[in-house]
Amino acid sequence: MIAFVIRRLLQSLIVMLTVGFVAFSMFNFLGDPINNMVGQDATEAEREHLRHVLGLDQPFYIQFLVYLGNALQGQFGMSYRLGMPVVRALAERLPATLELVFCAAGLALLVGVPLGVYTGLHRDRWLSKVFLTLSLIGISLPTFLIGILLILVFAVYLGWLPSFGRGDVVDLGWWTTGFLTVSGIKALILPAITLALFQLTLVMRLVRAEMMEVLRTDYIKFARARGLTNRAVHFGHALRNTLVPVITITGLQIGSLIAFAIVTETVFQWPGMGLLFLQAVQFVDVPVMSSYLVLIAFFFVAINLVVDLLYYFVDPRLRADRAVASGHG
Amino acid sequence: MRRWVISTALALAFAAYGAADAKTFRFSTSGDINGLDPHLNNEGPTNAMKNNIYEALIFRDPDLKLRPSLATEWNQTSPTTWRFKLRQGVKFHDGTPFTADDVVFSVKRNNHDQSDLRTYSASVVEVKKIDALTVDLVTRVPDPILPQNIPAVFIMSQAWSEKNKTPTPVRGIVGNESYANLHANGTGPFKLLDRVADTRTVLVPNPDWWGKVEHNLTRVEFRPIVNAATRVAALLSGEIDMMFPVPLQDVPRLKRSAGIRVMEGPELRTIFLGMDQHRAELLDMPGSGKNPFKDKRVREAFYKAIDIQAIHKVVMRGASAPTGLMIAPGINGFAKDLNDRYPFDPDGAKKLLADAGYPGGFTVTLDCPNDRYVNDEAICQAVVPMLARVGVTVKLNAQTKSKHFDKIGQRQNWNTSFYMLGWTPGTYDAHNMLYNIITLKSGPGAGSNNSGQYTNPRVEELTRQIESESDQEKRNKMIWEAMKLHKEDFGHIPLHQQALAWGVRDSVAVLPQPPNDAVVVRFVKMK
Repeated sequence: MIAFVIRRLLQSLIVMLTVGFVAFSMFNFLGDPINNMVGQDATEAEREHLRHVLGLDQPFYIQFLVYLGNALQGQFGMSYRLGMPVVRALAERLPATLELVFCAAGLALLVGVPLGVYTGLHRDRWLSKVFLTLSLIGISLPTFLIGILLILVFAVYLGWLPSFGRGDVVDLGWWTTGFLTVSGIKALILPAITLALFQLTLVMRLVRAEMMEVLRTDYIKFARARGLTNRAVHFGHALRNTLVPVITITGLQIGSLIAFAIVTETVFQWPGMGLLFLQAVQFVDVPVMSSYLVLIAFFFVAINLVVDLLYYFVDPRLRADRAVASGHG
Repeated sequence: MRRWVISTALALAFAAYGAADAKTFRFSTSGDINGLDPHLNNEGPTNAMKNNIYEALIFRDPDLKLRPSLATEWNQTSPTTWRFKLRQGVKFHDGTPFTADDVVFSVKRNNHDQSDLRTYSASVVEVKKIDALTVDLVTRVPDPILPQNIPAVFIMSQAWSEKNKTPTPVRGIVGNESYANLHANGTGPFKLLDRVADTRTVLVPNPDWWGKVEHNLTRVEFRPIVNAATRVAALLSGEIDMMFPVPLQDVPRLKRSAGIRVMEGPELRTIFLGMDQHRAELLDMPGSGKNPFKDKRVREAFYKAIDIQAIHKVVMRGASAPTGLMIAPGINGFAKDLNDRYPFDPDGAKKLLADAGYPGGFTVTLDCPNDRYVNDEAICQAVVPMLARVGVTVKLNAQTKSKHFDKIGQRQNWNTSFYMLGWTPGTYDAHNMLYNIITLKSGPGAGSNNSGQYTNPRVEELTRQIESESDQEKRNKMIWEAMKLHKEDFGHIPLHQQALAWGVRDSVAVLPQPPNDAVVVRFVKMK
């Protein structure tokens, strides 16, 4: 078990290295950050000087090696745009993104799973058909449009919720949270719904499909034959057995929620890492872009690892298989 | 240790709502300011924000006129010396008095090799303190327009900079972060209260400011919103009082909305097209040994083939001022009689091309940015069929600004045949346009953005003279002559000045709109 975790962590290093390398080789195609930094009147000599100071006159593999060397010492460079260390820029924005992502993921699960169970159990009820039709809309509308529509309805017409920003946040020293103020919570609602909608429909459709499949299996028939209540059969036996794929998908989706929060964060001016990344791309802020991508790669690997570990707890068969396998080994 | 600190913003928000006469002005634009260091980040909105907190010796008011600021008067004591009399009794926000030493320190800091605003004080070779309230700026050559540049040279406190170990502007070096980029201590009418990058910059009035207070504000909040649709929504919902730029397609809608007005005005930037006039062979015609743009008739044909009214009406939806001159009204040297464009004449253009030996036209690539100017790519897309009509095949290469400016710039040896560029003379004077765009050899660093390498010996000579001519009338005559020659040469094809569009709620009573797109908070009045 411990060997497994260590192996996975080593793999994550390789993934991060690869992502960093690919990212650096792509940055050459983004153009020259110098134009964004100096005024239009700057002479070519001044530009060349700044290029030299920043090491941009080096070939990309040298730039990458320098970046790597600094990263090993815990230094990820200075943001060209913000003039502050990248680590601090990312750390300042991490809480905003994580709060948004976990609210969205929680929302997707809390609403998606019950809806999935309901539509799975009562396939022919008109309400199920309404949910399924709505979920189609949720899956097919782009996030950007959903965000703008929500802003239009709840911020512009009704005036209930703010259209942008994170509201007032409370600084806990190592974390800033919007959960402790009314404006912080109000500001969270629209972006969380926007980000959750796609996941919600995904979870709902997944649970529904799994439920329908599980309900056809033999052990459900046996459970019914034993005279168990519908409630026990549906939730104790059926739902539990649908959870493995749901956990896998949800886990992986948390990674993409973090990565794809970019669009939602931009629409709502949510001061998270996604917004930082988007502005870094426009500015060609190479240190921020590379560090963000490496960090996201790490998140993906780490979440995958957690998902794998969760299987052990949810699925007894895995534990048994593993014990048998190692017994033979 | 956990610090349970409710952010100052919250506490002050209560304070602001509590007070009966509280007036908060909240405004937004598409991006955050790039930092607070007065000598870093030469970028419009960033400079405009610094101008609320910091002051220079001279202040440029919203009508672009020069007004005394930290200097009460200035004059030339010799062709290369400008003398400034400093204002008495001015204090920085931290309470330290403002002295001649701060001026000497700040001009030198602005001339540091990591400074981004060096261009505004580059002609100054020596800063001399004459007495506690007198400073001389000595220039390399006579510099008649130095006062036009001085409003961009902000004055910092020497004591504060040295105490906080930020004596020079720095960037990009780990462990050597610029304290001044994150904090501010100026003499200006507003003090920095709070700044969170990409979220908000909050100012409060400086009660000890020396000047006559013309605003009625108690608090100013700048909150950048990247997404244009969200920015419009925030204005509609009343979360902000003012925002810019309004996307062109939203202008009619905002005008129809109750409680909102759209302020429009011409900008100082001139958008133009340039043509490669230095390569012996056009990039798109390898092996031909020909560069059609070397022939003035071809350049004239391109000019006359462009239907500027169509661009004005359709692409810009009326939000542009077509121009025949490379500089805008408001720039010193602008001449109304030169601003009329040559008429749109596709048949004449065809004939000119035939006379020049290209009756069947030729093929050329148009380099264009797609995220820099208002509808930049759309303008280029409109130019393609206009030129096709006279037989020229234009291949459009539209890309992001970082790529575009790199491609057409010096570093890639002006790797373009036909390109779009916009330019605002940072000095508000025509010489800047002549020097950077219209000449090659009028001084060190001339032609920095003359991507087509247009040159005319007489214009070069005039530009050199204009640089140091102190007689304004004579100087303006020379500018007129140089601009006229360039126009008759078809050195570039000026298109228009794009319009500024600000969305303003009726809660704002007074808001000047200078053509440099700067929000000058000190003149804002709320209802």
